[in-house]
This record gives sequence, C-alpha cells and structure tokens, in this order.
Amino acid sequence: MKDMSVFALFSTLGALLAIALGVMFPALAMGRAISRALDALARQPEAEKSILRALFIGLAMVESLAIYVLVIVLIVLFRNPLLAYLLK
Amino acid sequence: MEPSLVIFRIGALLVTSTVVMTWGIMAVIVLVCWLGTRHLKQSPDRWQSALEGVVLTMQQAIEDIAPGKSPSLLPFVGSLWIYLVFANLAGLVPGLHSPTGQLSVTSGLAILVFLATHWFGIRASGWLPYLKHYVQPNPILLPFNVISEISRTLALAVRLFGNIMSLEMAALLVLLVAGLLVPVPLLMLHVVEALVQAYIFGVLALVYIAGGLEAHADGGSPS
Repeated sequence: MKDMSVFALFSTLGALLAIALGVMFPALAMGRAISRALDALARQPEAEKSILRALFIGLAMVESLAIYVLVIVLIVLFRNPLLAYLLK
Repeated sequence: MEPSLVIFRIGALLVTSTVVMTWGIMAVIVLVCWLGTRHLKQSPDRWQSALEGVVLTMQQAIEDIAPGKSPSLLPFVGSLWIYLVFANLAGLVPGLHSPTGQLSVTSGLAILVFLATHWFGIRASGWLPYLKHYVQPNPILLPFNVISEISRTLALAVRLFGNIMSLEMAALLVLLVAGLLVPVPLLMLHVVEALVQAYIFGVLALVYIAGGLEAHADGGSPS
C-alpha cells in the first residue's frame, strides 16, 4: 500500500508541475507573438489580413505545445501505463 | 480519452458511436446542400445565396494562400472546413459527442492531409522533381525533412483532438465541481474554439499542400 501512495503522490505532483510549466512557457511565447503582430499591425494597417492569418497559424502552433502537455498529463493521471507493473 | 461505445458490429468490424455520429453529420451536410441546390436560379433565393456565400468565402481564403490553385484545392480543403465546423460544434448538442474528440478520427483526417500533400505535389511537378525537394538545400537535411513531414502530421491530429477533448472534459469537470448552468461560459468558449480549430486545421492543410505544390518552383523545403 505504501508503494501505491508514493506512486499517487508523485504522479499527481508530476502532472501538476508539468501542466504549470507547460502552460507558462507557451503563454509567454504567445504573448510575444501577439505583441509583435500588434506592432506590425500598427505600422502597416493595410496588411491586416495576412498578418492576422500568420498570427493565427503561429498561435495554433504554439498552442499545440500546451495541448501536448495536457494530453500527457491526462495519460499520467488516468491511464498510467506504469500502474500495471505496480499492481502485478 | 474513453473509447467510444460500440453500437453494432458487421462481422469483425465494430461500428462505434463516433462512426454513427459522423454518418449523421454527413447526412445533415448532404441534405442541406441537396435542398439548397435543387433549383439553382440566376437570381438566388435565401438558401442558394447562403451556400454561394460559403463557397465564395472559402474560395477567396484559398486564393489568398495559394493563388490560382483554388479550383483544384477547393473540393478537399472546403470539405475539411465544412465537416470540421459541423463535427466540432456537434458536441454542444446535448446527448451528442464531437467525433473530433476521438484521436482516431483526427488521425484519419491528418493522414488524409498527409497523403493529399504528396498527391497534389506529385501531380503538379512529377515524381522526380517532387522527391528532389527533400534533398534540396543539402542532402544532409533529408532526415530532418522526413521528420518534419511526420511530426507535422502528428501535430495536426493531436492539436484538434486535444482541443476538442479538453473542452468537453473541462465542461464536465466544472459541472461536477460547481453544478448546473455554471459550465455555460465554458460552452460559449467551446463555440469560439470549435470554429477557430476548424479554421486552423483547414488552413494548415492548405499551407502544407501549397508547400508541396511549390516544391519545384523555388526548391525550398515546405515549412
């Protein structure tokens, strides 16, 4: 039983830490991207369409990093493949 | 994350609720298009104007990214857009789940995009010029080009799946913690996010295909 509580403690801690870091850095990157896009928009308002399109694609790219972290965290929390070894 | 329910089976083939849901969405789209295009007229009525507006908007969006290529790309990319809008929004209807919340569905779509990239690229420039763009700046870059080809397909699948699945899961968790009507703001976010993700998936498919089409023109690797 001790193994089980250690396992639960560490997987929860790991998941929380992973999602915290994994959201923090993409957020910084998205902030940079948006601020640059607004700069470009202020300089060249007539290029709005292409700037916004590039911004959306870039944001989706950055956002998918956070989504990867989320998927891995969910796997660790709900479908941990290592749990099978512990229960054996 | 849960595997979808098995509704019935044909031999060894399991037909899950996701597949039935996709059939339903296809039936709705086909019905709307059939009703809207039954009596095409020079001076369009309401349905025809709406459908023409949708098609023209998609055509314009494709022209902006790949000029002059919209006749050949519109059927594929437009179908992706329309299907994804319906599929992503289907999760908002009580009792239904988005088919795109399953990794197998989004993987299937991403594999289609992967194959379409090569199909359009080879048709545009022929086998050898197309394959040559993998070794284009330098043969040392061949493994990196191949890895980027695979990783962007994986990213396409996981991005859509993760977004839709996490939105549904977030609404469910808030419902468990807080109670009735509290997840409504999250569902509003779901509407915005569903539309944005449908747009992003289509645009990325378009950008990849346009990269494949231009493989012989500039010799650069598609980013």
